[in-house]
Amino acid sequence: MTTFYTDEHEWISVKDGTATVGITDYAQAQLGDIVFVELPALGADVAKGGEAAVVESVKAASDVFAPVTGTVSEINPALEEDPALVNSAPETGGWFFKLALADPSELEGLMDAAEYKAFCEGL
Amino acid sequence: MTVGRIAPGVIDRHGGKSVSDEEPEEIIQTLPLDHWHRARDARMVPFAGYHMPIQYDGIIAEHLWTRESAGLFDVSHMGQLLISGDAESVPVDVALEKLLPGDIVNLGVDRMRYSLLLDDQGGILDDLMVTRRAGDFYLVVNGATKADDIAHLHEYLPEELTLNHLGEHALLALQGPKAVDALARICPGVEALVFMTAGAFEMADVPLWISRSGYTGEDGFEISIPADDAATIASLIAAQPEVKPIGLGARDSLRLEAGLPLYGHDLDAMIDPAMAGLGFAVPKRRRAEGGFPGATIVCRHFAEGPPRKRIGLILKGRLPAREGAPIFDGDVEVGIVTSGGFSPSLQVPIAMGYVAAGSAVLDRPLQIEVRGKRLDAVVAPMPFVPHHYVRQGS
Repeated sequence: MTTFYTDEHEWISVKDGTATVGITDYAQAQLGDIVFVELPALGADVAKGGEAAVVESVKAASDVFAPVTGTVSEINPALEEDPALVNSAPETGGWFFKLALADPSELEGLMDAAEYKAFCEGL
Repeated sequence: MTVGRIAPGVIDRHGGKSVSDEEPEEIIQTLPLDHWHRARDARMVPFAGYHMPIQYDGIIAEHLWTRESAGLFDVSHMGQLLISGDAESVPVDVALEKLLPGDIVNLGVDRMRYSLLLDDQGGILDDLMVTRRAGDFYLVVNGATKADDIAHLHEYLPEELTLNHLGEHALLALQGPKAVDALARICPGVEALVFMTAGAFEMADVPLWISRSGYTGEDGFEISIPADDAATIASLIAAQPEVKPIGLGARDSLRLEAGLPLYGHDLDAMIDPAMAGLGFAVPKRRRAEGGFPGATIVCRHFAEGPPRKRIGLILKGRLPAREGAPIFDGDVEVGIVTSGGFSPSLQVPIAMGYVAAGSAVLDRPLQIEVRGKRLDAVVAPMPFVPHHYVRQGS
């Protein structure tokens, strides 16, 4: 399993052609208390860089973009009951959705963990 | 106050105006407690032209702490003004009544009132607090509007009056059920104040002007401090076990739960006091006598009912509706959300907005459109969370 990161602060973890997507710890800390997550529909096609989900904090709504193109194969049912999972476990239990990858080569432009860490430190 | 501060990329697209959009090229100024907040790990954002703390521990935790104990807010961005003059030749109260629809003439010494600066059409230019003191009137106006307010007052007040902007003063608000315990311990005597009264006090040899007031719906105080001593006083208050510093984010969710309108969002020049449901700010004598800007329109709206009204809405589900979301009554678009968010106390989304008078009926089911979906909501009484003011005789 390999995890990649975007400059939009999403993470994408890939295993056997399926990618799990969420937002990073940095992103959840910036957003603050999350009270609602609007997930894409099962079976929806999402395009790289397109809107895929919306995160509502107490204060504001924020888009989450699809890091790569694909078809939504699973959404995290736990987020409906407990959206604060995104705050407490952003890169584990607070995952958003899974994608069947349309074009694995799209992963090549993304950052690895070390690059993303350096990216955040530069913000 | 829309104070979204979002990571780059995870953008504040639906949150209404982001602060940076509102103030593109403006130089952001610092307030007297800037270092104080940063030393306490506040997240600072630009707001009303200043770097302000939006949160420390998290908005929900800070919000609930204020409702249960006491929260210390820095509201030094607000404008503190003093108006004085010769009481015999040009009485300040009479002059203020020409600009404000409130009863200022009968306001007692060290008593304060919520009032409104109105334009010729009765549109609200700002909302403010006005206190009669022994030798002058003390006004607190909104930060984002203070420059315009000062210009307006300079233009319309008699030139014999003197207007001073206390630009070298900080303003703190200590809010919550334990605010009185915390403050009375270090500033004995404040417990004798009741809601909407004020007086001069001293703490650590610093002269303070303290009122029993605030904008969270809780009991509490607002404390005006010479800027050089602001950090000393803030630290003294924050050292009390009941007190934590609270950011602007929780201030907004607290005032929304309290049903209190926020200027620039729930109030503006297109809204008059009748539409805003601020009848208490335009008492019977002023409605009968008029003599304030826009009196004809405002009094007619009070007498006959305004064409649209400010309402509270409780939404079904957990998805909040934000400022700008259209409100529907059946198939008809009847209004717009002016403030909306998730209520930490009630654990449901709540909103404030304006709708056509015919739809402004308690318990009426309405719909709010969010990202193409119609969310069910119901017109609810405000405040959403009861006020806990300590009034005379209570």
